[in-house]
Amino acid sequence: MDASLNKNVNYSTKKKKKSLGETIKADYKQNKFVILMALPVVIWYIVFHYAPLYGITIAFKNYSPMKGIMGSSWVGIKFFKEFFNSYYAWRVIRNTFVINIYQLVCGFPAPIILAVLLNEIKNNRFKKTVQTLTYLPHFISLVVICGMLVDFSSKDGLFNTVLATFGWNPTNLLLKPEYFRGLYVGSGIWQGIGWGSIIYLAALSGIDTEQYEAATIDGANRWKQFVNVTLPGIAPTIVILLIMQIGRLMSEGADKIILLYNANTYETADIISSFVYRKGLVDSNFSYSTAVGLFNSVVNMTLLITANKISRKVNETSLW
Amino acid sequence: MVIHRSFGDKIFDSFNYVFLTLLMVITLYPFLYVVFASFSSAEMLATTRGILYKPLGFSLEAYKSVFDNPMILIGYKNTAFYVIVGTFYNIIMTSLGAFVLSRKNFYWKKYIMAMVIFTMFFGGGLIPSFLLVKGLGMYNTVWALIIPGAISTFNLIIMKTAFEAIPLSLEESAKIDGANDILILFKIILPLSMPTIAVMVLYYGVGHWNAWFGALIYLRNKELYPLQLVLREILISNSMNDMLQNSDTDKMFLGETIKHATIIVATLPILMIYPFLQKYFVKGVMIGALKG
Repeated sequence: MDASLNKNVNYSTKKKKKSLGETIKADYKQNKFVILMALPVVIWYIVFHYAPLYGITIAFKNYSPMKGIMGSSWVGIKFFKEFFNSYYAWRVIRNTFVINIYQLVCGFPAPIILAVLLNEIKNNRFKKTVQTLTYLPHFISLVVICGMLVDFSSKDGLFNTVLATFGWNPTNLLLKPEYFRGLYVGSGIWQGIGWGSIIYLAALSGIDTEQYEAATIDGANRWKQFVNVTLPGIAPTIVILLIMQIGRLMSEGADKIILLYNANTYETADIISSFVYRKGLVDSNFSYSTAVGLFNSVVNMTLLITANKISRKVNETSLW
Repeated sequence: MVIHRSFGDKIFDSFNYVFLTLLMVITLYPFLYVVFASFSSAEMLATTRGILYKPLGFSLEAYKSVFDNPMILIGYKNTAFYVIVGTFYNIIMTSLGAFVLSRKNFYWKKYIMAMVIFTMFFGGGLIPSFLLVKGLGMYNTVWALIIPGAISTFNLIIMKTAFEAIPLSLEESAKIDGANDILILFKIILPLSMPTIAVMVLYYGVGHWNAWFGALIYLRNKELYPLQLVLREILISNSMNDMLQNSDTDKMFLGETIKHATIIVATLPILMIYPFLQKYFVKGVMIGALKG
């Protein structure tokens, strides 16, 4: 009896003072199968997310495929200098920024407006129809959307022939740098407005109906209800999504750009990621391209971390 | 509730209905136009300008040309492979990861979590990833489109959250019966998370269906091209050569209608399943929003 009690005490003090090695051993005994299951995932992350980090060193080397990453000679920041001294640096940074600003100013409010308007519709059948139809383009592949856009923008395509009835002079819109951003951002809004509204509709449905009833009793008309009940109800969602979008301010993907741009429109269309793609995989200028990509990654990381910090703060204070 | 609508309310409501109807027209009409154009006679379409309200004439020539193009069939076959095998691999890897990260007393959990979260903020970028895939010998093989994209960290976290919501008591009783963790995942956790798994299958599946960029950079062999890359060549790179080998003027006209028919043939599967799957997708947004 005494001995067993002693043992117990011993055990519990031991548990508190367990060394790292013992903790790991005990964990191994208990979680053998969990470790086994973690292995493929951890290995996958190391190979496909961490091994490329080593590949970044070629941004500071004169990489040649014959010599490999290891064997290529160091050149310091030569490629960064080359990029920032080139005519392209300003062009691609400006284009990335401007396209994102267009998306922020026009693309961000669009789904909010749609959600608010849908929320005012009392006829459920009509509401459902609008939702089903506007969600649809989200599922159509980018290649098909861009294929349609290329077709409609051609000289005798839909856009031109419709505009021609208003006295417009038909021209291939995708060959003109001045229309590229409008077409790019506009088609993005067309494709994403419905899908983007879902999250705001959810926030709207979370607003207590009693608040509206109280406002009605107080004599608030619909506009006043919108300003005093609806808007505050979805404000936290808006703020969080806005901060996250600002976090992505310099990280537009290359895929849609590559589908739509051409040498005629590089002036307004070429962004950092499409430039990285072209320099690296079309011109096989691996080191230069990696340097530009690294610059972009660092900017994106900084923006994202800042956005995350701000959103955490806003989240905390706006919840209560 | 008594509905008392003021004059201003009525004006607003009418405007709202008109606006949303207009939005539906703008959303739907481009697709209708493509449908009409694809059934139109090529010569009539070439000489007619502006909005179409119905097919101009009626011709199935374009569809015949589409199905005569072997690349469309090859693309469909390859895409089927990428969607089925790729999604299966995605689900296996993501649920393994989510299971590991949802364990409550696993020493390595916080380290693995940190390792995973870091990748959301910083990555190697295009060229280092490309060189890696090439170095692993996956270049110009189907695996380049399946293995490097095994896990989407965002989906992993959604699934982890779903797994964490399952009551611990359920697996504890299984453990007492002698089940190991692998059995617990496949016999208890996964069957209980079917709604989330369904959403994940749809997200990954649609991702594979729509993907083309990976194929563009990793594949040289056209026999391996997914449908979307084939479409890019036909619709965007204007490589009508295959279809228009004997390019007399009659066939030249056909070029435009072939594009329209190609769009329809390539989009039909999505359009057909969309009405049935819509609610799952919407649910997916909500699951993601809870965490995001």
